[in-house]
Amino acid sequence: MSAYTSRIATTTRGRRVGPRIAASLLYPLGLPMLLLVSWGLVSTRGTSRFFPGPLTIADAFLQTWVGPAFVEDVLPSLARLGLGVAASIVLGIAAGTVIGLVVWLRELLEPLLEFLRAIPPPVLIPVVMLLLGITDTMKVVVIVSGAVWPILLNTIEGVRATDSVMKETAESFQVSWWERLWFLVLPAASPRIMAGVRQALSVALILMVISEMFASSSGLGYRIAYFQRNYLIAEMWSGILLLGLVGVFLAVAFGLVERRVLRWYHGIREVNRA
Amino acid sequence: MPDRRTLLRVEHLRKVYESATGNVEAIGDISFTMDAGELVCIVGPSGCGKTTLLKCLAGLLRPTSGVVEMDGSPVTGPSPAMAVVFQEYGRSLYPWLTVRGNVELPLRHKKLSRAARAKLVVDALEAVGLAHAARSHPWQLSGGMQQRVAIARAIAYQPDVLIMDEPFAAVDAQTRADLEDLVRELHASRTISVLFVTHDIDESVYLGQRVLVLSTSPTWVQEDLAIDLPPERDQITTRALPRFTQLRTHVYDQIQRAKRGQTVAPRSAR
Repeated sequence: MSAYTSRIATTTRGRRVGPRIAASLLYPLGLPMLLLVSWGLVSTRGTSRFFPGPLTIADAFLQTWVGPAFVEDVLPSLARLGLGVAASIVLGIAAGTVIGLVVWLRELLEPLLEFLRAIPPPVLIPVVMLLLGITDTMKVVVIVSGAVWPILLNTIEGVRATDSVMKETAESFQVSWWERLWFLVLPAASPRIMAGVRQALSVALILMVISEMFASSSGLGYRIAYFQRNYLIAEMWSGILLLGLVGVFLAVAFGLVERRVLRWYHGIREVNRA
Repeated sequence: MPDRRTLLRVEHLRKVYESATGNVEAIGDISFTMDAGELVCIVGPSGCGKTTLLKCLAGLLRPTSGVVEMDGSPVTGPSPAMAVVFQEYGRSLYPWLTVRGNVELPLRHKKLSRAARAKLVVDALEAVGLAHAARSHPWQLSGGMQQRVAIARAIAYQPDVLIMDEPFAAVDAQTRADLEDLVRELHASRTISVLFVTHDIDESVYLGQRVLVLSTSPTWVQEDLAIDLPPERDQITTRALPRFTQLRTHVYDQIQRAKRGQTVAPRSAR
């Protein structure tokens, strides 16, 4: 009897696996596919040279980015982006932790920080260019000048909001300063910090492109601006496509890291929901 | 028989909270002593400053005046001789650490070998019956089990006195009975003194060798009552003893009188 029922169970499961995989692929990919197809149809009828069809762009994508351009333009851009994001994370968490822990420092700095974060970073590019010249450092500084704020302000807020009973617990057990930082303050602030990093990633990508458009001889932003000025429309679109893919890649990588770092946080939310 | 030296001495403790809207005298004048190895319960009407008293004893709050002495030396801050079990286990355990990590954390600054530390952790978790849950996270456990983790963390710290602040107020009645027996068992099997703050009269009589009844705020010790129940206690027979009923009625009356303000403060408090 049990063999009979178990066989039934496996067959029904076997029958369901195919459609389930299809469904799980259909939902995220269905709409992009549909848009691509309709775009292709519209572009074959239209005559506007500013909106080439997807096949033309795919062709331009391969022609433009696969090969030496990857080393000359894409890798330097990604390196600046990575450096800028890393510096923003280190700087934002370090400064945010100190400011969050020291009450008078926070009260002193908070209005100033709110002002500084409100300045759109692209307007600083000419100033930074004057100070640092047209260098890679300048581009990294521009990225940091925009991406550091969400991390910094979220870290301050997260560190400040550490639970009072948790702090008393550490105090009563005489947990040392460093241990308190590593085992209490930073983990307690980590959900806020990660929210800040998520915002910082998209800001960093925007600033990477803009800083390269201003003054540069290499990089994704430089290349796209070059294509625009020379009416290389399909190539320009392929660059934009590449930027979108970089953004998606960043989001996926962030999601993997976040799920690991905040496993406890998501676990609690799941328990509370059940 | 454990030695009868005085472990904790509290003299004329007074705590006033100062604020812009006026000062609030939480504790008027509290004096008592506790011997090494004793299990003392502190019970009082709600809002009588039990938590304030406890924080002063644990060195987490500075009293306005008066002395707290531990083993003859004044308490000016948290001390390795004391471990606190807080009421809010959900906010006292760190959710990003495992059960083992939580119990281990206070031991990190003690100069112990890795093996000695690991042994203390395993031993404490076994004592509270949670050896199997060492790798879980606190939020995966029930409320009662979480409070057991907090107790394990406290006993692994090897304090002379365990200070418990209404530790079972947030768990259900059956779990609570189990945890009460656990505290009595730990007190008996390890030479550890326990100071147990509660608002539950039955709990204080069932657990304690002595019960200190506090007055309403500004607080003083209204009665210091020895609990002459047999040392072997269990939830069914002890609670059915006529003496148990007498004692709990007595404490209940005292607290009712305290609430009505029918008691007279010691002269030094006024």
